[in-house]
Amino acid sequence: MAVELDVFVGNTTIMDEEVYQLWLDGYTVNDAVKVRMEGGVLEECETSADVLLSDTMDQYRTFQMCERLLHSPAKLANQLLFQIPPHRQAILIERYYAFDDAFVREVLGKKLSKGTKKDLDDISAKTTVTLKSCRRQFDNFKRVLKVVEELKGPLVENIRQHFLLSDKLARDYAAIVFFANNRFETGKRKLQYLTFQDFAFCAGQLINNWTVGAVGEPVDHQRSSRVYMDVDLDKEFLQELKELKILITDKDLLDQHKSLVCTALRGKTKAFNEMEANFKNLSRGLVNIAAKLTNTKDVRDFFIDLVEKFIEPCRSDRWTAADMRLYLTHYTNSAHILDTFKHQVVWDRYMGVIKSCIFKMYHD
Amino acid sequence: MPGKLKAKIVAGRHLPVMDRASDLTDAFVEVKFGNTTFKTDVYHKSLNPQWNSEWFKFEVDDEDLQDEPLQITVLDHDTYSANDAIGKVYIDIDPLLCSEAASVISGWFPIYDTIHGIRGEINVLVKVELFNDLNRFRQSSCGVKFFCTTSIPRCYRAAMVHGFVEELVVNEDPEYQWIDRIRTPRASNEARQRLISLMSGELQRKIGLKVLEMGGNAVVGYLQCFDLEGESGLVVRAIGTACTLDKLSSGSAPSTNTHIHPNTAPASNACNSPSKDGKESPLAHGCRSTHNSPVHSACSSQRLSQNFSVSVPTLIFTGMGSGGSAGKDAGPLKTLLRQQTQTALEQREFPFFTLTSFPPGFLVHAGGVVSARSVKLLDRIHNPALGNTRSYKLLDWNSVTADEPETRDAWWEEIRQEIKSHAKALGCHAVVGYSESTSICEEVCILSASGTAAILNPRYMREGCLDIGSTDHRFEEPSPPSCGFCHIPYDELNMPFPAQLTYCYHCRRQKVPDVLFTTIDLPPEAAVTGKGCLIQARLCRLKKKAQGEVNATAISNLLPFMEYELHTQLMNKLKLRSMNALFGLRIQISVGENMLLGLASATGVYLTALPASGGIQIAGKTPGDLSNEHHILTIQKRINDTIAKNKELYQINPPELTEEAVGSPIPEPRQRSRLFRSHSESSDELSELDLSHGKKDAFVLEIDDTDAVEDIHSLLTDTPPPTGFYSCNTEIMPGIYNWTSGVQMFTSVRVFRLSNANLTNQGLNKIFTDLCENLLKSFYFKLRSMIPCCLCHLNVTVAVPEEELIQVAVTAVAMTFDKDQTQEKPAEKVIQKGSGEIEEQLQFPLELCADSSSTSTQQSSKISGTVSLLTPAAKLCHNQLVMVRSAGVPETSNVSSRAASVDYGSFADRCSTWLELLRLKAHTIRRGSVKTSRRTQSLAHSVSSLERGSPLPEGRSRSLRSNRSFGGSSVTVVKMTPLSFLPGTRIIKYLGIINMFFIRETTSLREEGGVSGFLHSFIAEVFAMVRAHVAALGGNAVVSYSMKECVLMENPNKNQAQCLINVSGDAVICVRETDQEPVSSSTNIGQSCSSGTDGGAT
Repeated sequence: MAVELDVFVGNTTIMDEEVYQLWLDGYTVNDAVKVRMEGGVLEECETSADVLLSDTMDQYRTFQMCERLLHSPAKLANQLLFQIPPHRQAILIERYYAFDDAFVREVLGKKLSKGTKKDLDDISAKTTVTLKSCRRQFDNFKRVLKVVEELKGPLVENIRQHFLLSDKLARDYAAIVFFANNRFETGKRKLQYLTFQDFAFCAGQLINNWTVGAVGEPVDHQRSSRVYMDVDLDKEFLQELKELKILITDKDLLDQHKSLVCTALRGKTKAFNEMEANFKNLSRGLVNIAAKLTNTKDVRDFFIDLVEKFIEPCRSDRWTAADMRLYLTHYTNSAHILDTFKHQVVWDRYMGVIKSCIFKMYHD
Repeated sequence: MPGKLKAKIVAGRHLPVMDRASDLTDAFVEVKFGNTTFKTDVYHKSLNPQWNSEWFKFEVDDEDLQDEPLQITVLDHDTYSANDAIGKVYIDIDPLLCSEAASVISGWFPIYDTIHGIRGEINVLVKVELFNDLNRFRQSSCGVKFFCTTSIPRCYRAAMVHGFVEELVVNEDPEYQWIDRIRTPRASNEARQRLISLMSGELQRKIGLKVLEMGGNAVVGYLQCFDLEGESGLVVRAIGTACTLDKLSSGSAPSTNTHIHPNTAPASNACNSPSKDGKESPLAHGCRSTHNSPVHSACSSQRLSQNFSVSVPTLIFTGMGSGGSAGKDAGPLKTLLRQQTQTALEQREFPFFTLTSFPPGFLVHAGGVVSARSVKLLDRIHNPALGNTRSYKLLDWNSVTADEPETRDAWWEEIRQEIKSHAKALGCHAVVGYSESTSICEEVCILSASGTAAILNPRYMREGCLDIGSTDHRFEEPSPPSCGFCHIPYDELNMPFPAQLTYCYHCRRQKVPDVLFTTIDLPPEAAVTGKGCLIQARLCRLKKKAQGEVNATAISNLLPFMEYELHTQLMNKLKLRSMNALFGLRIQISVGENMLLGLASATGVYLTALPASGGIQIAGKTPGDLSNEHHILTIQKRINDTIAKNKELYQINPPELTEEAVGSPIPEPRQRSRLFRSHSESSDELSELDLSHGKKDAFVLEIDDTDAVEDIHSLLTDTPPPTGFYSCNTEIMPGIYNWTSGVQMFTSVRVFRLSNANLTNQGLNKIFTDLCENLLKSFYFKLRSMIPCCLCHLNVTVAVPEEELIQVAVTAVAMTFDKDQTQEKPAEKVIQKGSGEIEEQLQFPLELCADSSSTSTQQSSKISGTVSLLTPAAKLCHNQLVMVRSAGVPETSNVSSRAASVDYGSFADRCSTWLELLRLKAHTIRRGSVKTSRRTQSLAHSVSSLERGSPLPEGRSRSLRSNRSFGGSSVTVVKMTPLSFLPGTRIIKYLGIINMFFIRETTSLREEGGVSGFLHSFIAEVFAMVRAHVAALGGNAVVSYSMKECVLMENPNKNQAQCLINVSGDAVICVRETDQEPVSSSTNIGQSCSSGTDGGAT
């Protein structure tokens, strides 16, 4: 004897948020029932395991049927098949596009290709996120990337409008898309200590300052000549960064810069001696990073370079976060006083981002 | 003659990808009506085409307009090969033919394909221009309104109730035509859908003609059914109640319950004056709940010329006890009344009414349930001419097979005659709450009909209502509306069966039975104690597989026993809940190859007017056996415990307070002494069918045989719903009055496979019972976020789709209510009890305080609390009746009692002027129809072109417009409910009947998630299509929704399944009770949002 068919369809689609989460997390129906039972719902509602199983199956089916619509969330609002109140639609979408930080950390900066998809089972094993959930998250990344790649205009806003996501989530997706597009290396052992949120913050900085879109709408109205987009870094800006090299190649400028910074710092920090000793090294590191960014390969290594060339030396000298802040502020500002240094605008655009990235990335 | 149908194809969206290479579609649309087809241009390479076509105009007869649907086909253009069909939309034009319903159809419709389901949407505009038709020999019946609602629709008033209308049409089922062997499943499904659409159109038109003939203008309680007889054909039949309805002006729209009831004046007297006759009451005998066994065995089996047929002995359920005494009859008045109403009704062939709730004063007495069943053998259609007819156009059956529809007609005629004679035997001249159904398995067909025998007030049935007034008044008995319908309609001295009668516990003037079974809804004015609950009796009976006549005979032999057992179960369960009446009783018997399933559902209630129910007493056959004795004692204890628990659960407090309050001397045997003294009877001993046994003094449930033990166990396994939940199968739950706006309609289907080949009846019963119980449990679980809530109109249908399969399908609505207010029960009670003028009521509880000074302080404090509660409500009554109802006061008897002061003469005058007005209005509307449509055309334009700023000509179009979804921005929320209303809202307009039939088939069952996935998406699609059609008519809700057919056939081995679903309901516009104007589309969404929150689980 067995229940051959069992369906329940409401005019307003009934969805249990707890079950939805279990479904998103990739639990099988039976596992989900187990989890729900452990949650004590049986006693609470005076019901039986059969009822719970039937309910869970029903909901899973509903979610599966909705999944197609969730792939293009705008459709969810004007489709006719499911009558779902708008606020509930928003929850469905937001949750569907939510991701595990552990998972995203693994794929961040990787090419969102079939090859990566094949590695998902390894990632699943490593992060204990179920394979099913990994696949959903990966496909979400890919889907967003595919749609946004073709669009002009601000990245975050595009994501928000096309996928009806909250601002926070849209920003996270912008980061993921940006990292995937530029293939930033984030997987190296030295970068392991950084969280997704650290990277997301840096991505935000890069998007807002270093992309074409960051400069604002092009002044000339021939939009077609210059694609207004912020998925890619501003090529002209990267080119201009080469000019900064003068800060380290010109011996006088370097010494002058050092003395200006040291004068400002003296007596204000315990790590002054280390700062003075390392100034040239550190400055070379930062300027070299800037100068090399025209190479795609070096763009990819941007974060690892930051860590190796700057963060690690400072950390071995036991700088505090406050030291770091102090040093970078004066390092940036002192360059303005150098009379022979003419690239103030590029310098500010570069150092503004570097500063906030390093602040974020420098964990005590 | 003529009408002009115009259609415009605006746009499409979400179309499927038809060209793999480009991932796009080159879509165009064919618009077909009758034999005329138009095409739009091809819109290349888009999934969201904008055709914006010209107006396609069809000039057609209105007869065709009624029969034919507008058929819209979306295709993908292919240069080299045949164009691929994407899907179709059928639009029923009927709502546009009635001037009072919708004037334009405009909106997004799901494009439906029988193989792939919904594939995108299409935006369509449809209008009709009708020209005046004065031809008296016309075949069309445009303008007759149809309602599925089984009561007088909310914004109408019944000027006259004409009576029963029925019709059936027959055709060959395309699925069984020879052509089906060579055509694709899609073509076959579409042929079937189209044919059924045509047949329903024709059926509706024919019924409309009958209504016009009777002088009516509407059909209420329209019930249309399909009989898929397989090879022998397809029958579409319908029944309904013809009425003349007057539209109420919007100001008075909500107050259908202000209907003047002219005969309640003496009611209060009746209640307050103790009845002397009461002393002669037969209570001394103790309560005996003898089941009233088959009274009228219908004529013995007979052979019709062509068809084998067995008439099954039928039961009349009245639930009467035996041994009634010959009390004093109400006297000559009653006889006079009867004579008069009889003449009014006797003219009709079948004095049947499909209504289940009535205008106040319509129902005088309810006698009991009458039902009739008959088993028929379906015959093949011997008609070679048919096989070649490719046309889907209806065949003229009168010329081809002259006897075919007649045969079916004759079958139903037979059954109806039987019902009529049963009703007569109960002393009733009419049958209300009447319905018909069939169950078909292979070539055997069980036809069933049932209803409630009743005596009706002739006022509503007389021509013109002109003679309302003094005559009526004289003949009518002064029976208060809160108990009058329970009074026995038959002659006590000459009772059709032995029954236990007592004087009415409410008015003490007339006799009432100890138990009352009916198929109608609980009259709103009825006095009820506590809450009601769903009561189900379930039964499985195995049967040998057989063919033809042998099979039919076997089935018909089983039927009376099944009915009997179902009845016994119902009675026992009723007593277990200490209730004394059943409403909405529906007994379904389904036939399968090797078993019969019986399911009886009803809502149990404690009617204050009826005597309290006795308990159930258990006895062993061998009193000497000690262990047995012990066993019996434990069972008895369990039963008593359950009864006590149920009493608490349903708040059934024996109405002692009431009786003392009324101050009437209670007939000598106190109620208390009767409790636990009554008897149930043993189950299926044949001798019980003998009526003489009903005279036995004491009856006990003997448990020496295993069947009886099983019965008791099954009694006790019914688990009550969890706290906060109630359920019933009637419109609303007796005892709950303060509904809030949370509404969740749902459909659930379960199919159970019996794997064990050697099942016994008992085992089968248990499985079936568990199946039903578990289904209910899963509803309670799913809807737990709505607590406190009530499952209303729980409509359960069972079927045996295949051997070893049991299918249960449920459609119901969960409605939230305000728990706090229900606790103000004392207030309700007092109001229910007193039925005098408001002023009187106010004094009444005060008097009561004085009289019952001996009662505890607690009691009196309760009562004084009542007074303060009552005052504001009563004050409101004068101005705003709506307020009273929403304030949680039960269907106020004071409303109808106000009627007492109405002058009948003026009432009659008003009626006649109303009729005049109606005629005038109808005329002007007809003449003005062209103008109207022009106005809506401009409206339609503004809708399609999104010119929101365009000024609107008048309120009517505004209401239309506000409910329409603009562009692709948002979807109108459409609520659905099987009830005739939505709590917290007011229906301001009926837009027409929704009657849709869909077929879905798949050849990739596994890929669609198995049979559950397949059906789940199909039901969701059906909901979506219903909602889309309602929204396109400008509506925002469907009331009286029902799923009348859900036939699922599966073949998992072949990875195939097919399902047919038929749904119906009334499309309406409703507004929040407080609003005057229709809510604008934005607020509307917001509003339903908030209720959607209630609806969804968290």
